Amino acid sequence: MVPLSWYVALSSFLFLIGLVGVLIRRNIVIVLLCIEIMLNAVNINFVAFSKYQHVIDAQIFVFFVITVAAAEVAIGLGIIIAIFRLRETINIDEFNILKL
Amino acid sequence: MSFSAVNILGTMPEIYLTFFGCILLILETMIPKEKRSWLAYFTIIALVFAMVASIGLNGKGLPLYSGLYIVDPFSNFFKIIIYIAAIITILFSLPYLDQEDIHLGEYYAFILFSVVGMMVMVSAGDLITLFLGIELMSLCFYVLVGLKRDDNRSVEASFKYFLLGSFTAAIFLFGISFLYGAAGTETISGLAGFISNPGTLKPMVMVGMILTLVGFTFKVSAVPFHMWTPDVYEGAPTVVTGFMATAGKIAAFAVFLRVFWVAFSGNRHDWDILIILVSILSMAVGNIVAIMQTNLKRMLAYSSIGHAGYALMALLLPNRESLFALLFYVFTYMFMTVGAFGVILMMRKKGVEGEEIEDFVGLSKRHPIAALVMLIFMFSLAGIPPFGGFLAKFYIFFAVVHAGYTWLAVVGIIFAAIGAYYYLKVVMAMYMKEPNGSVVFHSSLMGRIALALTAGTTVILGVYPAPFVAYIKSSLALFIP
Repeated sequence: MVPLSWYVALSSFLFLIGLVGVLIRRNIVIVLLCIEIMLNAVNINFVAFSKYQHVIDAQIFVFFVITVAAAEVAIGLGIIIAIFRLRETINIDEFNILKL
Repeated sequence: MSFSAVNILGTMPEIYLTFFGCILLILETMIPKEKRSWLAYFTIIALVFAMVASIGLNGKGLPLYSGLYIVDPFSNFFKIIIYIAAIITILFSLPYLDQEDIHLGEYYAFILFSVVGMMVMVSAGDLITLFLGIELMSLCFYVLVGLKRDDNRSVEASFKYFLLGSFTAAIFLFGISFLYGAAGTETISGLAGFISNPGTLKPMVMVGMILTLVGFTFKVSAVPFHMWTPDVYEGAPTVVTGFMATAGKIAAFAVFLRVFWVAFSGNRHDWDILIILVSILSMAVGNIVAIMQTNLKRMLAYSSIGHAGYALMALLLPNRESLFALLFYVFTYMFMTVGAFGVILMMRKKGVEGEEIEDFVGLSKRHPIAALVMLIFMFSLAGIPPFGGFLAKFYIFFAVVHAGYTWLAVVGIIFAAIGAYYYLKVVMAMYMKEPNGSVVFHSSLMGRIALALTAGTTVILGVYPAPFVAYIKSSLALFIP
């Protein structure tokens, strides 16, 4: 049986990939995908812990997370289309009308 | 899991509102464009209906759905505040939405759905319900912020809020997964039992706690994670800003309090230093950066960051006095903030809003009543004595002193004194300068009712708080030892 620490290491690594991606990538669609990677890292964590704790709660939680992620992507893509129509760009650095 | 009728009965207000929200989406397609204001009346009726249902459930203290959902006086108090904030928002929105040409039926439906999200948040007894509530509220807000689809600022604000919001949601979830991994349970009361004695799993609990703290500080817009607040508050339609700044933030405070006081009460000495740090930073950044703002919505955004700092101080010691102070604070904060945004959205100049401070110059000469109402809100936000804001700050500082953090109260008072400067700057612009420009104060009957309600309550909270104090004392939660 694969030890729990491997799963946690995998999910932490995926989470970090997502986190770094959100911070350094400038294309908004890629950033959206990086957020999805972060959410899926969380799902791996939940399933692994659930298996090792012998409690099923977290596997149900995973379904909720998947559903919420889908809703989030739907709204996110809607917003991205709205902003693309106005600006004709998908580079985050160019969304800078609002600032200090 | 047993599924009895009492579960359905206890969540009746949420079920009503979800149902009414769906009905609104259907009605919107059937009602002609010029009769859209009917939807507003319908929404208000739905909210009043749900409020009556919530009051009927008050004092039951029920854990429903096997502890996933808690209906107690504490959650009911927050639900009442959220209903009132939503009703005032709808009252303000009637002429405003037409002026901005965003009068859509979806607006009302999203307001109702986000209210449901907040209700789920404040009643959450389990981290699953908590997460679903937060997401339901946030998803509605992302859309509401971007309601002005042709306005660059509105869409950009919506995009920034969406990106940062879902980013922190992922971080928050990662924290929950570690808490679950350590404790093997997600119920808030179950976590409490484990966290008071975590054994060798303490590092895991700490990681989980810090990551959830990130999620909560983002939602209450406290400092290290406040960057979205000014942008979103400025870009969003002003009615939505007022609603987000009050109801959304207050609901976030309610879950923050429930999770930290119930689940994390066992390791209070691990997190109190973090709360102190966040609180001081929020007060400092909020009050100092606000001085430099020229846009009133942006200034109020920084002021709301500062107010989050004051309210966070009350989280330090779990006892009845701090809880009372926090509940009184959010109650007062709701009326004065939503009212201040209400005055801003009624200022019109050539088709756009007068949201700059210079638009308020000489307002007292042209619209004395509007200036007086704004003066009440500004004085109250600054914490000047005859108004509710003063008493709210007073209770908070008193609770902090009694909790043994006298130095923190002193820091808070210093920042409150700095903060008074920029609120008084607005009052000075209104009263001590000659009017110029072409800004008109455009009010409707509904708007005037809402302004009278908010301004009146702000004054009454200051001069005769006894009935409110009695009500808040009666809703202090059952979970306080």
